[in-house]
Amino acid sequence: MATAETPPKIRIMKGASSDLSAATYQVYDESHTMGNALRWMIMKNPKVEFCGYSVPHPSEPNIQIRIQMYDNLSSLQALIKALDDLDNLCDTINEAYTESLQSDEYERWDEKS
Amino acid sequence: MNVNSRRLVSIGAERVSHVSNTEFPGHYPGEDHSWNLDSFKKNLTVRTHRLSQRSIEFDIIGIDASIANAFRRIMIAEVPTIAIDQVYVFDNTSVIHDEVLAHRIGLVPLNVDPRTMDGWDGEGDTPTDRNTLEFRVNVRCSFNPEYHNNTDKKGKSSTTTTTTSGSPVQGLSDDKLYTNYLFLSKHFEWNPAGEQLDKIKPLPPLGALNPEVVLAKLRPGQAVEMVLHARKGVGKDHAKWSPVATASYRLHPNIVITKPIRMERAEDFRACFADGVVVVDKKKGTVSISPTHMRNDTVSREVLRDPEFRDSVELSRIRDHFIFEVESESAYRPEELLGEAIGVMRDKIARMREAAVALLGSEQTEPEEREDGDVLMQEVV
Repeated sequence: MATAETPPKIRIMKGASSDLSAATYQVYDESHTMGNALRWMIMKNPKVEFCGYSVPHPSEPNIQIRIQMYDNLSSLQALIKALDDLDNLCDTINEAYTESLQSDEYERWDEKS
Repeated sequence: MNVNSRRLVSIGAERVSHVSNTEFPGHYPGEDHSWNLDSFKKNLTVRTHRLSQRSIEFDIIGIDASIANAFRRIMIAEVPTIAIDQVYVFDNTSVIHDEVLAHRIGLVPLNVDPRTMDGWDGEGDTPTDRNTLEFRVNVRCSFNPEYHNNTDKKGKSSTTTTTTSGSPVQGLSDDKLYTNYLFLSKHFEWNPAGEQLDKIKPLPPLGALNPEVVLAKLRPGQAVEMVLHARKGVGKDHAKWSPVATASYRLHPNIVITKPIRMERAEDFRACFADGVVVVDKKKGTVSISPTHMRNDTVSREVLRDPEFRDSVELSRIRDHFIFEVESESAYRPEELLGEAIGVMRDKIARMREAAVALLGSEQTEPEEREDGDVLMQEVV
């Protein structure tokens, strides 16, 4: 296979402001799965003026996330914060789910295959 | 059940409204909706409802649709499983073409725990005992001499051998007339290599999850001989690697009776909903909604077609109450799938974070212009 080297995971697209207070990030090998979850978490940040994502083409494995910040803050920092928060959220749900499985108050039934 | 109207998706006869969550910072004056882990923990409820050896139903209450959807998508497309990926055909005289048979074989779910194997890196990778399992297939169909007239069972003449048929006894089923007339998934014979036997010892013999999958039908003289290579992969590459039969969620229905229902029409009202949702108490003369059975309603809106009932009931769904129904069709037990999906999600987050932090570090360096005109980093003052 004559594949070129894999593209960088995250690329800042042309047209970003010099202080990165408004930028579009192209993320390689991601889809709606991460795009929408991350968009939601970034929008939970009060310092974010705007956030949106798109899948530019269905047969390209990329998503683009646009972030615009208030007060000339760094959108890259907001992205990293959102990733951290999303990780905490996942951990919290996993803990709650494990506990629910062990609490043992649910119906167990025999399903024929 | 009294639910905060902000959590409800309204359902009218012809339209669905208030679909999107609006709890973002700046949307409601004087309210803080910025991300807060502690209040998220407080509002989050995860409840398991039903569990069998093949499927699970659980509720996650207090998350956004984007998160629920991420878990659903990952369970379908990104939790790895093992499936047969390469088929080497030495002999196939069945009526099923090689490529069709290979495709069918690939779709058979295997009982191999994906966590015991390494991933496959694509075309350039070399097969080792860590990333590849080998199965052999050797099925040959022949006449069952017992039930053919040549065997003289019924006292008739016997001139034929087992490779050329005598006239078969009429009215007998295939399994009596022939041996090996079916190529089944139980014919996959695991051929352990390297350290596999030690590593995967406590498991039952490796092979198909369901031994009775019919892959081809054979007739005497036909045979299938193959070597199969099973590898780890994910559902987004091919559906055969998807660990679930279905993984879906729906929102919890919410039904509120706003005006009393006349007793004479109580039975009609009850019939508008799923079984058990409406409780008619003839002694007290009341019609009410069962809070426990409400989750079973299909929200068919049948009730809104009746002019009398239309204004007596409010239908909605709870926007942050997700009822997940997951059926495992893999070596994972159904209750393990959400945990695996969360693990995959956290891996994705970690990989993105690493890349983002690396960008942060390179912020001070010279901007690099790529051939396609995209600027990797803008100049920083």
